[in-house]
Amino acid sequence: MLHTLSIGELAAKLAGREISSVEITRHFLARIERLNGRLNAVITLTAEQALAAAAQADRRLAAGERGKLLGIPLIHKDIFCTDGVRTSCGSRMLDNFVAPYDATVVERLKAAGAVMLGKANMDEFAMGSSNETSYYGPVKNPWDETKVPGGSSGGSAAAVAARLAPFSTGTDTGGSIRQPAALTGVTGIKPTYGRVSRYGMIAFASSLDQAGVFAVSAADAAAALEAMSGFDPRDSTSVDTPVPDYSAGLDAPLKGLKIGLLREFFEGLEARNQALIEAALAVYTGLGAETVEVSLPHLPLSVPTYYVVAPAECSSNLSRFDGVRFGYRCDSPRDLTDLYERSRGEGFGAEVKRRIMTGTYVLSAGYFDAYYLKAQKVRRLITDDFKAAFARADLVLCPTTPTPAFGIGAKVDDPVTMYLNDIYTIGANLAGLPAMSLPCGFIDGLPMGLQLIGPHFAEQRLLNAAHQYQQATDWHRHGPHGFV
Amino acid sequence: MSDWELVIGLEIHAQLATRSKIFSGAATAYGAAPNTQASLVDLAYPGVLPVLNAEAVRMAVKFGLAIGATVAPRSVFARKNYFYPDLPKGYQISQYELPVVQRGSLTVLLDDGTLKQVGITRAHLEEDAGKSLHEGLGQSSGIDLNRAGTPLLEIVSEPDLRSAKEAVAYMKKLHTLVRYLEICDGNMQEGSFRCDANVSVRRRGSAKYGTRVEIKNLNSFRFVEKAIQYEAARQIELIEGGGTVVQETRLYDSDKDETRSMRSKEEANDYRYFPDPDLLPLEIDAPFVAEVRASLPELPDEKSARFVRDYGLSAYDAGVLCASRELGAYYEAVVAALGAAHAKLAANWVMGELASALNRDGLEIDASRVAPAGLAQLLARIVDDTISGKIAKEVFEAMWSEGLAADAIIESKGLKQITDAGAIESVIDAVIAANPRQLADYRAGKDKLFGFFVGQAMKATGGKANPAQLNEILKRKLGGA
Repeated sequence: MLHTLSIGELAAKLAGREISSVEITRHFLARIERLNGRLNAVITLTAEQALAAAAQADRRLAAGERGKLLGIPLIHKDIFCTDGVRTSCGSRMLDNFVAPYDATVVERLKAAGAVMLGKANMDEFAMGSSNETSYYGPVKNPWDETKVPGGSSGGSAAAVAARLAPFSTGTDTGGSIRQPAALTGVTGIKPTYGRVSRYGMIAFASSLDQAGVFAVSAADAAAALEAMSGFDPRDSTSVDTPVPDYSAGLDAPLKGLKIGLLREFFEGLEARNQALIEAALAVYTGLGAETVEVSLPHLPLSVPTYYVVAPAECSSNLSRFDGVRFGYRCDSPRDLTDLYERSRGEGFGAEVKRRIMTGTYVLSAGYFDAYYLKAQKVRRLITDDFKAAFARADLVLCPTTPTPAFGIGAKVDDPVTMYLNDIYTIGANLAGLPAMSLPCGFIDGLPMGLQLIGPHFAEQRLLNAAHQYQQATDWHRHGPHGFV
Repeated sequence: MSDWELVIGLEIHAQLATRSKIFSGAATAYGAAPNTQASLVDLAYPGVLPVLNAEAVRMAVKFGLAIGATVAPRSVFARKNYFYPDLPKGYQISQYELPVVQRGSLTVLLDDGTLKQVGITRAHLEEDAGKSLHEGLGQSSGIDLNRAGTPLLEIVSEPDLRSAKEAVAYMKKLHTLVRYLEICDGNMQEGSFRCDANVSVRRRGSAKYGTRVEIKNLNSFRFVEKAIQYEAARQIELIEGGGTVVQETRLYDSDKDETRSMRSKEEANDYRYFPDPDLLPLEIDAPFVAEVRASLPELPDEKSARFVRDYGLSAYDAGVLCASRELGAYYEAVVAALGAAHAKLAANWVMGELASALNRDGLEIDASRVAPAGLAQLLARIVDDTISGKIAKEVFEAMWSEGLAADAIIESKGLKQITDAGAIESVIDAVIAANPRQLADYRAGKDKLFGFFVGQAMKATGGKANPAQLNEILKRKLGGA
C-alpha cells in the first residue's frame, strides 16, 4: 500500500530503485480518480504532466541523483500559480485563468523533483474556515463526509488525510493550514512570515499570508518545508536567512524544553478539548520538557484585529480582478463602470464581497484611524506579548481549534461564529510567527489538533517538538476509515 | 488685478531616468509598440509582487541632497486605491505620509533680478500609470501599459509662488536641476516632466489663503504660465462678481486657452491610502547618503556663483550659461581654450551668435555645428586683432554652414583685418578726394558726416579696416591735419 508510506519511506524505495516515480504517481492518480468524487478535494487533475514529471524524476534517479522529494507526488493548493495550468483560487473570477508562470513555491518543489498531481480545492481567495466558499463546491471531510474539512486550505488537508497525495501545499493567513490540518487529522505547518516566498501565491492579505505544507507526519512536513523555504529576490518581504536542514534536527531530545501554557487559551475551553491538551502536555513532560505559564493579555483582541487588517488588505489586493486583462468578464458590458460592477459582482462570491466591503470601509476617510490604525496598534501589542512570552518559553502549546469539524452548512449563515473558529490560530499570523498543528486525539470520532507556536524562525524547534511527540504517540497514524 | 495676490504651488512629476521600471524589470524606453514593455508585474497578474528599483532610490536621494532637504532614514510606500483601466493593480504605489525627501528649497532668480527661495515640501517616489488610447479604435478604447510602473519623483512645492512668471521660473530651475543631476531627461513632450498647478487668489494683505483649484497635467512652460494667468483671472472675476471659488480639479485646454472643470471636491476619490504590505519600509542609512552626496555633480547655483567669481560675469549671464549642464560645459571649454581673461567675450558669443544659430536650426548645444575649440579659435582672432567683431560674425556664419575652421575661412576669403596705417591712410585719402562737397560741409560744422566717411572708407576696405585705427586716422585727416 504505497499511500500509507511516509515520504521518507517512498524516497528510500525510489533510491533503492525498488519502485519508480511513475508507479507511485500512477498509484496516487488512481486514488484521486477513485476517491476524489466523494471529497471534492482536487479540482484540477494534471495526470499527463504528472506522469511526464515522474518520468523525468525517474531519469534523474537513474542518473544517480537523490533527494528527499525527488519523484514524490504532491498536490498544490490552487492559490499557487502553475505555468500552463488553470489557477482558479477557488473563484469563478479565475475559473478561466491559466497562469503564465510558476509561483516560487511551485518552482522550488519542481526543482526538487516533486511531482504535481493536481490542484486542490480551497475557500474562494482563501477566505473562509470551512471550504464552503469555493466556487467549485465544498470539500468534504474524509472522517465524516457530512462535515467540513476546515479552510481555507480544505482541499489540501482532505487530500493528505485521505492519502490522495503524500503531501500538499497550503497557505495560512489566519489559520488556513493549521485549522484544516486539525480538523482532518494531519500535520500542518505555517512557517515564519518571510520564510517562504509569496511570489506567485495569489494574495489575500499580504502582511499575513504565508505558505506551508500538509503531511502525515512532522518528519514528512520537514522535508517538504525545507524545499519550499528560502530567500526570494522577487518577494521583498522574504527574509534572507539560511534554511536549516529541518530533517536533521528532528531527533534532538526535548529535555529542558520550556513549553509555555497560555492562560488566555484555556479560559472557556471545552472539557474534552482541555483533556486532550493536558494529555499532550503529559507526553511532553514525559519527554523531559518543562512547562511555564505565559500570558498574552492582548490575544483576545486578535479576531477583531484580524478582521480589520485582513479585509483592508484584501480589498486592495483584489482590485486587480476588474475584467480588463484576465479572469472573468461579464457579458456585453455597457460601459466601463458596468464592466467593473458586473465582472466583479458576478465573478466574486458572497464571502469575498463581504470582506472587500469591510476592508473598503475600514480604510475609508473618517474610519481609517478608528479601525485600520487601531488594529495596527493592537497588532503591535500582540506581537510584543508574544515576544515577552518567548523570553520565558521556547514554544507555546495550545489547542488549534475550539471544536472538531462542524457540519457542512452549519455556520455558513453566521459569519461571526465562523470567524471565531480561528480564535487560536490568528495570533501567530498577526505576529508573523511559525506555528503548526498536529493530531492529538479525537472528539466524537473526529480528529483534534494540538498547536505549537514558536518564535520567529524557530521552525526547526517546532518540527523537532512535533516529531518527538509523534514518536511517543500514534495519533498521526490514524487515517479516515474507507480511505486508509 | 493689483488688489489681488496669486498663491501658487506646483506639483511636478519628473520621470526618473532609470533603465527599468520602479517595481519590475521591464524597460522604460519611450515609444515602443503598445504593451511590449509590460511585464507580468506591470500587468498586475495574480500573484506577482513589486520589488523596488535601487537606482530610483538613488536618484531621489540625489535630488533631496541637491535641494538641501532631509533624506528620510525611513520612508513608506503606500497604496492609492482607485479603479481605472490604465491602472492595472487598482492601486498606485506611491508614498503618502512618509516621503523619501522632506523639506528642501530652491532659489530662483526672478525677472527683476531678485532671488527668491521657494520651499519644497516633499518629493516622493511613485509609479506612473499606463495610457488609455481612444483614437482609431472605433467604439473601443485601448490600453497601453508600457508606461505603467515607470518611476516618477513627485516634487511638491510650498504655496510660495506669487505669479505665473514666478511659477515658470521655479519650474525652469527645477527642470535645469533634474537634468544636471541626470535623474530625468526633462523631455516635456514625452511627458517626462509635467506639472499640476494649485492656484488660489486672495486680497492683497490677507493672511488667509483663498480656495484653491488644481490644474492638471501641464506639459510646457508656456501652458503653465497661460493656465495660471487664465485661472487667476477667472477666480478674481468670479469673486468680484459676488461668486465663490469651489475647490476642484480643472483641465487646461491649450487650444482655447481656458481651464475647464474636471471634478469637484465632492466627486473626488477617497483613495484609501494605507502602507503597501508588499514592500518593506524604505530604509536609507547615512553611509549611502554620504556616497550619493560624494557623487553629486557641481550644481547650477554653485556653478553660476563660480562663473561670477572667476569670470566676472553678471549673475544673469552666469545663470543663462548654467541653465544646462551641457551649455555650461561648452562655455567652459571655450574659456579654457581662449583664456579666462576673455571669459566675458566668450560669454557674449555663446549667448549671442551661438545661441541664435542653435535656436535657428533647432539644435541642442551638444549638436552645435561649431565646437568649443573652433569658437575659441575665432574669438582668439578678435583678441589678436586679426579680424573685427563684425567680420567675426561673418566668419562664424561660414564656420556654421561650411564646417570649416575660422583661420581657414579668414585666409580663403581674405578677411584679415587691415591694420597697416599707411594702407588705411591711402584709402581715406582717396575717399576724401572723391567727396569734396561732403568734406566742405563737414568742415563747415556738419559733424554727422563723419559717419558717412567711416562708411565709405569701410566699404572701400571691404569692412576689413581696423575700426579703431580707421576712426582715428579719419578724424585726423578730416580735421585737415
